[in-house]
Amino acid sequence: MTRSLLGLGALALASMALALALGSVNVAPADLWQVIQGEGSTLHRTLLLDLRLPRTLAAFGTGGLLAVAGALMQVLLRNPLADPYVLGLSGGGAVGALLAMLAGMGTLIISGSAFGGAMLATVLVFGLAHGTGSWTPSRLLLTGVVVAAGWGAVITLMLAITPSYKLPGMLYWLMGDVSYARSPWPAVVVLVVSVVLIMPLARNLNVLARGPMQAAALGVAVRPLEWTIYVVASLLTATAVTTAGSIGFVGLIVPHMLRLILGNDQRIILPASALAGGTLLVLADTLARTMIAPEQLPVGVITALLGVPTFLYLLHRSR
Amino acid sequence: MSTLNTRDLVINVPGRPDGFPLNMSIEPGQIWGVLGPNGAGKTTLLHTLAGLLPARSGQVQLNSTSLTALKRRDIARQLGLVFQERQDSFPATVLETALIGRHPWLSPWDSEQGEDLRRAEQALATLDVNHLSDRLLNTLSGGERQRVAIATLMTQNPEVLLLDEPTNHLDLYHQVKVMNLLRDQVGAGKTVFMCLHDLNLAARWCSHVLLLYTNGGACWGPAKNMLEPAALERLYNQKLITVEADGAPVFVPVSF
Repeated sequence: MTRSLLGLGALALASMALALALGSVNVAPADLWQVIQGEGSTLHRTLLLDLRLPRTLAAFGTGGLLAVAGALMQVLLRNPLADPYVLGLSGGGAVGALLAMLAGMGTLIISGSAFGGAMLATVLVFGLAHGTGSWTPSRLLLTGVVVAAGWGAVITLMLAITPSYKLPGMLYWLMGDVSYARSPWPAVVVLVVSVVLIMPLARNLNVLARGPMQAAALGVAVRPLEWTIYVVASLLTATAVTTAGSIGFVGLIVPHMLRLILGNDQRIILPASALAGGTLLVLADTLARTMIAPEQLPVGVITALLGVPTFLYLLHRSR
Repeated sequence: MSTLNTRDLVINVPGRPDGFPLNMSIEPGQIWGVLGPNGAGKTTLLHTLAGLLPARSGQVQLNSTSLTALKRRDIARQLGLVFQERQDSFPATVLETALIGRHPWLSPWDSEQGEDLRRAEQALATLDVNHLSDRLLNTLSGGERQRVAIATLMTQNPEVLLLDEPTNHLDLYHQVKVMNLLRDQVGAGKTVFMCLHDLNLAARWCSHVLLLYTNGGACWGPAKNMLEPAALERLYNQKLITVEADGAPVFVPVSF
């Protein structure tokens, strides 16, 4: 099990090296190695450390955040369809960001507005689903799907009334774009801190996956645990949406692919999701930058194009 | 050794006016069977005794401490429950399922060690499902899954064992095997309390019986006093023929 995590870690490093080396100017492995050692030419140092490294880290952090948030929500709802995108949390973030763009605000306000929108969406979905009774997973999922459709309508409305010169920026944000990331550090720091903090709860999550009654009978304080996961997953999602817009499929597909390969032990799945989600988005962003360079593609399109066939293949051959 | 007491306990069955308060003392070495028609509240009682459902009034005490004053983890080290229905939203293997029984015994950073694995494997072997260790739970038959659930309880190894119809889906051989296993547990100082639908299993293996009526009425006591044909006919609203076999009464429903 430790071996699969080491393998994923190696893959993550390899994908980051690839992302650093490829671009409008390709850097040879020998030059890349020199820069990593703190040497190399000024041109290469600027290109790699100031331009490509922040973007690569932002992609890795965002992908990891989305995958871990998806893994947590799937256990919380005991439903394999749960993910930040499906539950409308990304949609809330998008509405927040688009409102700020429409008002002509700067990037800092846009980020703050996206974060606020995602948190508002979370409170809305979980508050409405709670209703008079308690959360039932199917009710929560249904509420999320309906609220997501509502956000979708609001987004379409805003696009319809937006002056055309503002549209490209908005569309790119909606499809996910890592180049919006102002700094990679919020995503990376939130990812590392939350995975470290949630690891002691991982075995509790394994038991919770068997249902709340069974978990309570085995000594899990179910209610506090559910609230903790809910708050952490919301924070992860809001941070991801703020960093790179709304990127679908990562939160849904990555935890599932890992479960099909590694089983459903959250002690493995949570760190593995962080590594594999990050790797997927780094690779997708590299493709998005290079496929039709100097034009860039929205990274959300690439994650879907890479993720969907891989997922279907794994699902098809699983027992 | 652990004793489970109920003090004026009224279980919360939805839509029922207050039932008869229960004052039972379920002690080590005793094996209790709860009998009653569908909807009498057997499962609700079992969940209330485990502290999973709030009582309408009164309380449940584990070794004279109220369950509500104990942490879930401390309860789970002394008291375990086999549910009648289980959900498996995610695929899991038989061995993984048995191992979750060790959960209350491990601290957050611990992972299962050799000793935990040995207990799980031994429990699976006791229930004749060790050859299925690596199989996914959802590929098993109903009876095999029932045996895995009981093996999980054995891996948890609590002092008080609560079981909701433990012989559900089991073939005759394994019904006898499970009932003998529970009798062995009681012989080792454990406390067993279970819901049953089979009067004859209760007559053969239970030391104490609780009869739960649909209207909330209840009576309890040593099995030989409680298993009166007239009382059982009233309980189930079903005529019975009673014969004697292998040293225990056998109740056969009359088909008219």
